[in-house]
Amino acid sequence: MSHLRPESEPTPDDKPVLAKDEVGEAPAFDDLVEQTHTANVLDPSAKPILTVDNLKMYFPIKSGGVVRRKVGDVQAVDGISFEVPAGGSLGLVGESGCGKSTTGRLITRLYKPTGGSMRFEGHDLAQLTDKEMKPLRREVQMIFQDPYSSLNPRHTVGTIIGTPLQVHGIVPKNKVLGRVQELLEVVGLNPEHYNRYPNEFSGGQRQRIGIARALALQPKVMVADEPVSALDVSIQAQVINLMQDIQAEFGVAFLFIAHDLAIVRHFCPEVAVMYLGKIVEIGDRESIYSHARHPYTQALLSAVPDVKQAVIGGRRERIRLEGDVPSPINPPSGCRFRTRCPLAQEICAKHEPPLLQIGKRHKVACHFPGEIGKHPTEPLTARLLGVDHAGNPDPGASPSTDLDTKPGYDDTWFDLDTKTFARA
Amino acid sequence: MTSTQTTSTTGTPDGAPYLEVTDLTVKFPTADGLVNAVSDLSYSVPLGRTLGIVGESGSGKSVSSMAVLGLHDARSARITGSIKVGGREVVGMDERDLRSLRGNTVSMIFQDALAALHPFYRVGQQLAEAYRVHHPSASKKEARARAIDMLDRVGIPSPKSRVDDFPHQFSGGMRQRVMIAMGLINDPALLIADEPTTALDVTVQAQILDLLQDLQREFNSAIIMITHDLGVIAEIADDVLVMYSGRAVEYGSTREILSHPEMPYTWGLLSSVPDVHSDTNARMIPIPGTPPSLLNPLPGCPFEPRCAHRDKVPGDLCSTTLPELRPGGRGAGHVKRCHLPDPDAIYEAEVLPEIAPDLAKEN
Amino acid sequence: MLGFVVRRLLSSLIVLLLASFVVFAVFYLGPSNPARPVCEGAGGRCTPERLVAIEKQMGLDKPVLSAYGEFMGGIVKGREIDFGASAYDCTAPCLGVSYDTRNFVTDELKERIVPTILLAIGGSIVFLVVGVTTGILAASRRGSSTDRLLVSGSLLVSSIPYYLLCLIAWIFLTLQTNIFPATGYFPITENPLKTIGGLLLPSLVLGFATAPAYARYTRGQMVETLGDDFVRTASAKGLPRRRVLFRHALRAAIVPIVTIFGLDFGALLAGTIFTEAIFSIDGIGRWGLEALDSPLDLPVITATVLVGATFIVVSNLVVDIAYGFLDPRVRIG
Repeated sequence: MSHLRPESEPTPDDKPVLAKDEVGEAPAFDDLVEQTHTANVLDPSAKPILTVDNLKMYFPIKSGGVVRRKVGDVQAVDGISFEVPAGGSLGLVGESGCGKSTTGRLITRLYKPTGGSMRFEGHDLAQLTDKEMKPLRREVQMIFQDPYSSLNPRHTVGTIIGTPLQVHGIVPKNKVLGRVQELLEVVGLNPEHYNRYPNEFSGGQRQRIGIARALALQPKVMVADEPVSALDVSIQAQVINLMQDIQAEFGVAFLFIAHDLAIVRHFCPEVAVMYLGKIVEIGDRESIYSHARHPYTQALLSAVPDVKQAVIGGRRERIRLEGDVPSPINPPSGCRFRTRCPLAQEICAKHEPPLLQIGKRHKVACHFPGEIGKHPTEPLTARLLGVDHAGNPDPGASPSTDLDTKPGYDDTWFDLDTKTFARA
Repeated sequence: MTSTQTTSTTGTPDGAPYLEVTDLTVKFPTADGLVNAVSDLSYSVPLGRTLGIVGESGSGKSVSSMAVLGLHDARSARITGSIKVGGREVVGMDERDLRSLRGNTVSMIFQDALAALHPFYRVGQQLAEAYRVHHPSASKKEARARAIDMLDRVGIPSPKSRVDDFPHQFSGGMRQRVMIAMGLINDPALLIADEPTTALDVTVQAQILDLLQDLQREFNSAIIMITHDLGVIAEIADDVLVMYSGRAVEYGSTREILSHPEMPYTWGLLSSVPDVHSDTNARMIPIPGTPPSLLNPLPGCPFEPRCAHRDKVPGDLCSTTLPELRPGGRGAGHVKRCHLPDPDAIYEAEVLPEIAPDLAKEN
Repeated sequence: MLGFVVRRLLSSLIVLLLASFVVFAVFYLGPSNPARPVCEGAGGRCTPERLVAIEKQMGLDKPVLSAYGEFMGGIVKGREIDFGASAYDCTAPCLGVSYDTRNFVTDELKERIVPTILLAIGGSIVFLVVGVTTGILAASRRGSSTDRLLVSGSLLVSSIPYYLLCLIAWIFLTLQTNIFPATGYFPITENPLKTIGGLLLPSLVLGFATAPAYARYTRGQMVETLGDDFVRTASAKGLPRRRVLFRHALRAAIVPIVTIFGLDFGALLAGTIFTEAIFSIDGIGRWGLEALDSPLDLPVITATVLVGATFIVVSNLVVDIAYGFLDPRVRIG
C-alpha cells in the first residue's frame, strides 16, 4: 500500500498476519479468526513443573531512630501454596498490594523468600544461593508490565535479545544473530529490525521484544507480570494471542499475574485469588468464575464492568466492598478479609480460616463459604478448628491436626452442598 | 428509549443539549508537521445524561475534551468549529471568560489523582482554592467548611480531620474521591471525567462509578466519561461516541452501540476484550497492526489499513473515500462512519459467533 | 526526624575527620619544610644541626598520626606551641599558629571569614534573583523569542572563563572608569557603607557569572513541572495564569533549586579563590591561596580546608532537613 508508516518496510508474504508489525494489508476476518485462540484448556493430567509450598516474604521495616532497629514486617506474601502445571498456566489475581507481583519476583528469585519452598525440577529455588541459582535462571524467565522501562534504550533489539544467549552460552557467538532473527520472527516482528533501538517500536512491539528476550533462553516457566495492562485494548489481544501461540509451540508454563479478571480467565484454566498476602480461593476456571465460594472472589467478579449490561440497561446489583485494603504491616487478626467482609462474624476475628478443599480442583479459605446468597449462617470450619460457632475453644471438639495448606489437590474433599466428604 | 434521538446536534427527550460540539477540529503544528488530533467532531450532551467517549491512545478523545475547557495553549493549537456550553461559544472565547467557566460550570477530573493533585498542598487548601477562585466573596473559613462538606459528600470518612492531610496520605480510591470533590465543589453543570477509574482496582472502580452516578442523580449534571473500557461505558453511559484517529466513527445510545455495533473498529474493540462471564469458546480477536499516524491522514477511511472486513466493500472505496458519519440500518439515532452495506448482518453472522458464541446462539 | 539528624551529624563528623587528616598528611609529608624559614630567619647561619633541633622543637619529627592528634587536640582543649625562639599559649579552639605571620590561625580565621560570608551572601542574592527569574520567564514563554534570547544570552555569559570575567570587570569598571568604588574588604565595624561598596562589584560579577546555571536549571525544572498533571489541574480549576505559575508550578520546581543552592552556598562559604584574589578581598579563599606559597603554611592550609569541608558538610545537612520541610511527602512517612 502507498500509505505505509514511514519506518515500515515490506514484510515477507509468508509471515503470519498477526506477525505484521506495520500497518499493512489487514487479513480478511475469517483468516484473522483462524490465527486467534479460544480460552486455554486445562490438562488435568499435567504434572506440576513448579510447586510452591508455604511461601513467605516479609520485608523488614526499620525504625527512624539513631540506631535503626527492625520494628515490624510488611507481610507481602504470607504462606501461599500452589502448583504450576508443565505447559499450563496458573493465573494469580488480586488487587494492588495483595502480593501477586511479589510472588512473581520470588519465583524468578529477584527476591530471596523469607520462608517456604519453590520446587522446580528437583531443586528448591527458595534455598539456592545466587551462584547455584545462575544455571537455573534461564529456566524461569520473566515478562514485565512496562514495555517502556524494561528495555534498555541504549541497546539495539539484537543486543537485548542476544545478550542472554551469549551469557548462558546457548549458541556459539557466530550463530547469535541468526537465532535473534528467528526469535524476532516468532514474536511477529520483522527479523531485519534487529539493529533498531526500543524507541523505534510501539508499546505492543516492545512487549513482543520483551517476550522474545524471555523466550531466547527456552525457559520452562515464564512469569508474566501484568504483561498487557500497559497496552492499548486492541494491542492487548495481539499479545495474548502471541503468548498462546508460544505456549502451544514451546510448551512453556506460565504464571500469569494480572488484575484483569477477564484476561486471566481467557489465558488461565486455573486461577488463584490473593488478598493481603494470602490465597483466599484457588481452583479451575469453572470453580472460580462460575461457582466462587469466597465473598472476596464474588465481590471482585461482581465489580468487573460487563459489556453485556448495556443490553439490559442500568447498573446491576453487586456486592459492594466498603473501604480500602488494610495495611500488610498490621494485617487484621484471624481472617484478613473480615474488615471488609459482609459475612464477618466473631469467629473471623479469632481464627484464620484454613484453605479447605471443597471440590475436585477448588479450595477456599472462608468460615462461611457458599455461592452468592447461599452462604451458611454457621461457620463450617468450627469443628475442624475445635471451637464453637463464636470461635471460642470447645472442649468437646477434636480439632483436625492436618490443616496445613499443601500445594495441589487431594483425591478427597469436603463437599459443601452435602456436608460430607467426597472422593474423585 | 429507542432511537428517538437523531444525530449529533439535536438533544434527547430529556431536554436541550447543554454541551454542543459542532465540527470541532484541533491541529497541533509540530516539527514533523501538522498533527490532526481531532477532525470534524460533533456531539452533544444534555443535562442529567452521560456520554461515554471510547477510543485508544491518540484517538483524540482527551484532546477534544480539553478543548471544551479551552485548556489548549492558543499558541500551539489550532482550533476550529464550535463548542457551545450552555449556549456560550467556547472556541475563541477570551482567557478571562474561559477562566470563569473552568472549574465552575465545567470541571474536569483526571486519571491519575496522585499526579493530578498538588503534592505539597493539603487537600483542604486545594479544594478551598477551587471554591474561592469562583466565589471571591467567600472567606477562608467558609471555603474550608465547603471543602469539608464536599469531602463528606464523596464518602471520605472523618472529613474534618482528613481535610488537613496531603494527597499522598490517601489511598488511590480515596484520592480519586478527593479529585471528584474538587471537581464538583462549584456545582458544575458539566463534568468531564478523563479515565477516572483506569488506575484503580476493580472494586474501587465500582465504588467510584457508583459515586459518580449518585452525584449525577443529585446534581443533574451532564457527564462526559472518557475511557477505553467498554465495560465502564456499558455500566455508566447513556450514549457512546467511538473515536478513531481523531474522528467520530460511531455514535448512538449505549444500548444500540454495544448490542448492534455497525463499525468494524467497534467490533474490534469488543472482540479484543474477553468478557468475564462469556463462553470460553469466545476468541480474543485483535485489531491487526497499530494505530495510524496523525501526521498525514489517509485519503480514505482511517481504519481501512487495519480493517478485516474491507474485502466486503466493493472496489477501492475504503482506501479512496472517507465514509460519512450517517445512519446505518438501525434508525437515525445510530450513526457510523463505514462503507459496509449491511454491517448489522455481518456482525450477527460472522463476528458475534466468534466473540460471544452464547449470545449468537440466543439470536 | 531527630534520629535522622543525629545519624547525619555523626556521619558528617567522620567525613570532616577524614578530610582534615588527608589534607594534614599530604602537606605534612610533603617536600616543603616549615622549619627552614624559622631557622634562617632567626639570625646566624642555619646549620643542619640547628635545623634538626628546630624541627624537633616544632614537632615536625613526629610521626604524622601523632602530629595530627596534637593538632586536633588543640582544637578541643588548646595547646602550647613552641617555635624555638618563641612559645605561644594557644587557647581552644586552637588551629595553630601561622608559620608565616606568627598569628593565631583562629584569630585570623575570625577576621577572614567575614568578607567571605558577605561575598557569598551578596553573590547568592544576585544569582538567585537574576537566575531564577530568568528561568521562570524563559519557561513560561517556552519556545518564544524571549526564551531563545534568554537561553543564548546565558550561554554566552557562561562561556567566558570566570577569572577573565573578573579581570575584565575589575579593569573596566573600577580601574579605568571608576563606575564602581575600589574593591576590597573594609571592616564592617568601621564603615558599613564602605564595606558594601567594596564588595558590590565582586558580588555582582560572582552573581552574574553563576546566574546562567541557575537560569538554565530553573527553566528546566519549570518546563518539566509545567507539564505535570497538577499544573493542568490548577488551570482546569480556573485559576489565573500567574497563580498557576507561581503558587503551583514554582512551588514544586523550587525544591530541587533549593537543594542545589544549599550546596552551592556551602561551597561559596569555603572561599571563592578567583573572586577574592582578583578583587583583593582578604577572605578565606585568598588566605588559603597565600598559604600555598613556599614555604607551606601548614596550619593555615589545614584550617581553610577544615572550614571549607565543615561548610559543605553542614550545608548538605541543612539541605536534607530543608527538604523535609519543603516536601511533605518526605516529612510524613
